[in-house]
Amino acid sequence: MTLVTRIAPALPLRGRRAVRLIERNSLVYRRTWIVILSGFFEPLFYLLGIGFGLGSLIGGVTGPDGREISYGVFVAPALLATSAMNGAIYETTFNVFFKLKYQKTYDVMLNTPLGVGDVALGEVVWALIRGLLYSLGFLVVMLLLGLALSPLVLLAPLASLLMGFAFSAVGMSVTTYLRKWTDFDLVFVVTMPLFLFSATFFPLSAYPESLQLIVQLTPLYHGVNLLRGLTTGVVGVAQVVDVVYLAVMALLGLIVVNRRLNKLLIK
Amino acid sequence: MLPLSSQPLIHARRLTKRFGSFTAVDGIDFDVAPGEAFGFLGPNGAGKTSTMRMIGCVSPPTGGTLRVLGMDPVADGPRIRARLGVVPQQDTLDEELTVEENLVIYARYFDIPYREGRRRAAELLDFVQLAERAKSEVEPLSGGMKRRLTIARGLINEPNLLLLDEPTTGLDPQARHLLWDRLYRLKQRGVTLVLTTHYMDEAEQLCDRLVVMDKAKIVAEGSPRQLIERYSTREVLELRFAPGAQESLDGQLDGKLDGIAERIEPLPDRLLLYTSDGDAAIDAVHARGVEPESVLVRRSTLEDVFLRLTGRTLVD
Amino acid sequence: MKGVVRVLEYNWMTYRRTWRGTLFFTFVQPVLFLAGLGLGLGGFVDRSGTGALEGVRYVAFLAPGLLAAQAMQMASFESTYPILGSIVWRRTYHAMLATPLRVREVLAGQLGWIAFRLAVGSVAFLLVIMLFGAVQSPLAALAAPVAILTGLAFAAPIMAFSATLRTDEWFSAIFRFGITPLFLFSGTFFPIAQLPDVIEPIAYLTPLYHGVALARDLSLGRADLLAAVLHLAVLFAYFAAGVGAASITFRRRLVL
Repeated sequence: MTLVTRIAPALPLRGRRAVRLIERNSLVYRRTWIVILSGFFEPLFYLLGIGFGLGSLIGGVTGPDGREISYGVFVAPALLATSAMNGAIYETTFNVFFKLKYQKTYDVMLNTPLGVGDVALGEVVWALIRGLLYSLGFLVVMLLLGLALSPLVLLAPLASLLMGFAFSAVGMSVTTYLRKWTDFDLVFVVTMPLFLFSATFFPLSAYPESLQLIVQLTPLYHGVNLLRGLTTGVVGVAQVVDVVYLAVMALLGLIVVNRRLNKLLIK
Repeated sequence: MLPLSSQPLIHARRLTKRFGSFTAVDGIDFDVAPGEAFGFLGPNGAGKTSTMRMIGCVSPPTGGTLRVLGMDPVADGPRIRARLGVVPQQDTLDEELTVEENLVIYARYFDIPYREGRRRAAELLDFVQLAERAKSEVEPLSGGMKRRLTIARGLINEPNLLLLDEPTTGLDPQARHLLWDRLYRLKQRGVTLVLTTHYMDEAEQLCDRLVVMDKAKIVAEGSPRQLIERYSTREVLELRFAPGAQESLDGQLDGKLDGIAERIEPLPDRLLLYTSDGDAAIDAVHARGVEPESVLVRRSTLEDVFLRLTGRTLVD
Repeated sequence: MKGVVRVLEYNWMTYRRTWRGTLFFTFVQPVLFLAGLGLGLGGFVDRSGTGALEGVRYVAFLAPGLLAAQAMQMASFESTYPILGSIVWRRTYHAMLATPLRVREVLAGQLGWIAFRLAVGSVAFLLVIMLFGAVQSPLAALAAPVAILTGLAFAAPIMAFSATLRTDEWFSAIFRFGITPLFLFSGTFFPIAQLPDVIEPIAYLTPLYHGVALARDLSLGRADLLAAVLHLAVLFAYFAAGVGAASITFRRRLVL
């Protein structure tokens, strides 16, 4: 109880009007829907190029339970996780920065009954909705290509939602610290190595032992591990750890966002 | 208790705003009555915008009392903002949306239904003469159009109180007059206006009452006419001299003009002689053998008031 | 052509302040791809030994491909946002043309600048490839100029297009539907023979395929003169057509 009361004021709980932010963003994308649509193709291209093209040069990989699985089955959930991360990060870094620093969209909103909590929650939920659309589209492709081995795949949208929540909360809190556009190189400096080295393209066992521990500490690894567990039907304690890791990340991110926006917008 | 209508809409006592060790607003007192047009006049950095942000409930006061619409801005921010219209210094329009959409989505922030939002948007675009541009993008609009759109946006919730931060800064003369006309009509309809400006003509055109701010403090208060009567003379005689005459201007031409005017103010290129009769002063100047390059007699303005109070001109 | 030098000087001046930010994309990113996919995933490719790579280790196969692909990506980026910025946002070109500089000098200077950036990136990456032990022939030194030409074959046409735009809306589409598929399906990661038969001929039309193939032949020491001439001809053709188009669109946009 004491923990709850201590954390609760820091969370944007009074976010009743967060839905207004989502209305605003969907109004914008009504005309630029092609941009949203294009985001769906990036993981698809990687699936075809790396999963099948390059995969055709690889016989098979050891799956989570030691069974041999095709490379496509192995890499598809990792690409799904990556796209959940990228969608959340781009929406909450570039787009939020533009609205925060240049267009002053949030300053305008705060002249109305909307509050900082509405803004923080609204942007994060918007990133979630966008991410959910992508993961649903990608999952359909996976099912059509026979890359999902277990009915647990039906839980994959929930898992990518959780991932989206974690990455957009953290992405948005990072954005509040950035000052100019060139600072965004930092975003890639972090996401690109995560993309390549989170047991995405080859199993954890292929890393040198000292690196394995480091990989297991990074966030995308937990998203990949969780989704791969669900699509291949191998679920255990490790996946519970993944969920807890991502949930804590989401919560901490949201607390930081709320604090930082209060500091930046209410002065 | 006083009847609601005579209660001040804004009530500030010892109102203070500090950013770290910097004091932006230093213990100011003022009241704004329903239906009046109230102005903050002062140079850049005087504390006008900080004051406006506190009234707008987006900047908590560091000290003193502030009541807006009878409520406390810190505790009741959303309820107060629901009845305020805000026109910020920069237009901050949503360039990703069209002209009409800017208004409709802003209405949504006030929980106004889409239908009603669209109806009000059409009405307001008419009012600010932008009806033909409803479907246009925001980016190609001229400065004056953007400003009018921002004002329309501030009116979408039919506010009791409209806050305007430097409404016409950077606009050309026609655009300014059109805007003044619209603001005047709003005032006729009973909307209370609170505005900041560093233009004297704007303050004289729009404000029933104003306070002059300088260095975070209020240095004078009254109607434009009262301020001029109190701090200046009826007329001003401007004497312009050739460049390079600065030193003798500062010494007011070695006392040659003593006694001609109530007060003499030296500026870099000219002398201002404050007097009730400008023409008589010209004769006196010539009689003493002073030959300026040009002379001009004009009525006193708020600029003269400001110069008297602070020793500086307003726009620097 | 003193004007070209002036444009280069301008770019150099701004670059001196911002070069640190470019390090990641020109240098670190391809090294990460080479390490992650070449060494990490390459181990699995080599072990399954399907024969599609004709006995070449995967990292040696991938490295020259990445060299060319990296040149494409850098050149494409440099010919989109910075060009639009110089025309629309910062109006740098208008400022230049208010001096004795001419449009074709501005254009040549900008292309020269991109070539310089490509040269730095390609040589640096080539050195890394050598450190990875992924080079099999001294001819690999020639892969750097091939990478530069590959980059220019993208830069010139994309610049021509950028000069017609008012906003950056199109750029994400260029990268998502143009550059990314080319990156993945032009033989960089796997031989295009693995592509479906319907798509394979399309790959031959893209400039990246020719850049990748030539760089790879040089790096593996198996270059054939006739094939090399053909690859170079295609790359030159794209570059020349791009320059032609750009001199029209630049003039149309900047001189009126």
